[in-house]
Amino acid sequence: MIRIRNLESGYGKLRVLKGISIHVNTGEIVAIIGGNGAGKTTLLYTIANLVKPFSGTITVLGTDSTGLSPEKTVALGCSLVPEGRQLFPTMTVRENLILGSYPLMKKREKRRLPEEMERIYSLFPRLKERENQLAGTLSGGEQQMLAIGRALMSDPQFIMMDEPSMGLAPIIARDIFNKIEDLRNHGRTILLVEQNARAALRIADRGYVMETGNLIIEGSSEELMDNPDVGRAYLGKDFKRISE
Amino acid sequence: MSFEQVLQYIFSGITVGSIYAVVAIGFNIIYNSTGIINFAQGEFVMMGGIIAHSFTPTMPLFLAVVLAVVITTAVGSLIELVFIRSLKNPSVLRMIIITIGLSILIREIALHIWDEKIRALPFFTGSEVTSITIFGAHISPQVLWVLGITALIVVALQFFFYFTFTGQAMRACAANRKAASLCGINTRKMVNLSFCLSAAIGAVAGCTVSPLTQTHYAMGTPLAIKGFTVAILGGLGNSTAAVLAGLLLGLLESFSISLLPMAYKDVIAISILLLILFFRPGGLFQSRQIVALKSF
Repeated sequence: MIRIRNLESGYGKLRVLKGISIHVNTGEIVAIIGGNGAGKTTLLYTIANLVKPFSGTITVLGTDSTGLSPEKTVALGCSLVPEGRQLFPTMTVRENLILGSYPLMKKREKRRLPEEMERIYSLFPRLKERENQLAGTLSGGEQQMLAIGRALMSDPQFIMMDEPSMGLAPIIARDIFNKIEDLRNHGRTILLVEQNARAALRIADRGYVMETGNLIIEGSSEELMDNPDVGRAYLGKDFKRISE
Repeated sequence: MSFEQVLQYIFSGITVGSIYAVVAIGFNIIYNSTGIINFAQGEFVMMGGIIAHSFTPTMPLFLAVVLAVVITTAVGSLIELVFIRSLKNPSVLRMIIITIGLSILIREIALHIWDEKIRALPFFTGSEVTSITIFGAHISPQVLWVLGITALIVVALQFFFYFTFTGQAMRACAANRKAASLCGINTRKMVNLSFCLSAAIGAVAGCTVSPLTQTHYAMGTPLAIKGFTVAILGGLGNSTAAVLAGLLLGLLESFSISLLPMAYKDVIAISILLLILFFRPGGLFQSRQIVALKSF
């Protein structure tokens, strides 16, 4: 589905990613965990071509997407739900969703709009209730739903999500994670970046651990959960042991 | 002041006001898609009138106007391609300085191609002595042309921005450029389109007012200042409010002439600009909800 080889990327002269190679197979949820400043967001931005890579190759859905424009990358079927939602706050929920279908519109598949819209509303019935409300007035959880919904409107096969649980109450975050699992069960492939490592690994099939621009550990979710280093650094296991 | 006189002032006020409004709308379109104030907006108005004037001896007026609008639009597009697009992560301030430079450049080029003479397009219908009497006030039919075309521009733009897909994409681009790219929108194309659109609108306005207010190479800057005042008064980015603000400023100016010496006319616009910037930077008509959601 997606294969990244020796990717180096960053901003100006600052090298953030120092040679990253990852792959995601069709129908998988792959989690990338790591602390602040590890380069997780930069990795997603580079795959989405918002940031131009210094070197390395990105292959998405069988096409070499290295250095394409962001809009062409979306048209390939590779969507990003960015960190902090990035909605259009002064536009309504409905307008936000319609804008997400831009690649379909360009392919003259306008008639698919109602169908896609219905699909999003059945996944997030809450959005249907708020259809005509301005996006900026939604609650945090609803905004996250809208951000995911908007990314899904172009009917992407591959979806990247950057910190979807950020700033949400635990119960709402759990709801979002359930929806992400739903998406996978409906055949989509997901690359998930999370600080909330425990929740991410719970729904993921495999995971990578990133630290200062490098991948340091990779494995199945179970392996990562049981790995003592991962446990200490990202799952807070030591704390438990100390407190016992 | 007699009733007829009041009416006369009102008509001249809304004529001038609607031109300010159109210039302000030009500001708003570019501001909305790029966050910059294009101070060359007034020059688009000048170009429309002056180019159409050069064509009038050789072709019918309508064709000359269309050609002038097309050429001005092409210049607008070219400005974006050459001066704006090549900048990598420019600061807003830098882009604004560039547009001020461009406005000077265009003005000087116009002075070289044409000259400093004042010219005017022929009246669209009738001549300078034709007048229509409405409740005792005499107005030129050109005033009706100006009002009609302004109204048409405003309605067409509202339709474009709220009911067409490209218009919505342009609004998205204005709200959050990164998110717009992530939706698959070609943001560079949208920015270019916004320059084309505001150049075209400016040129149309330049042609319609030319018979009334005359056209010369340096008319752009004063118009840009008035248009900017109106854009701020209505709230940057809000085109419907710009129309109301434009009419308000036009009326204030035209009534001020009856009370104060003519020379004080511009003082009103500048004082309003300062007062608004001090006390209500969001503009007169901006809704609270929208202001709260926008980040300036």
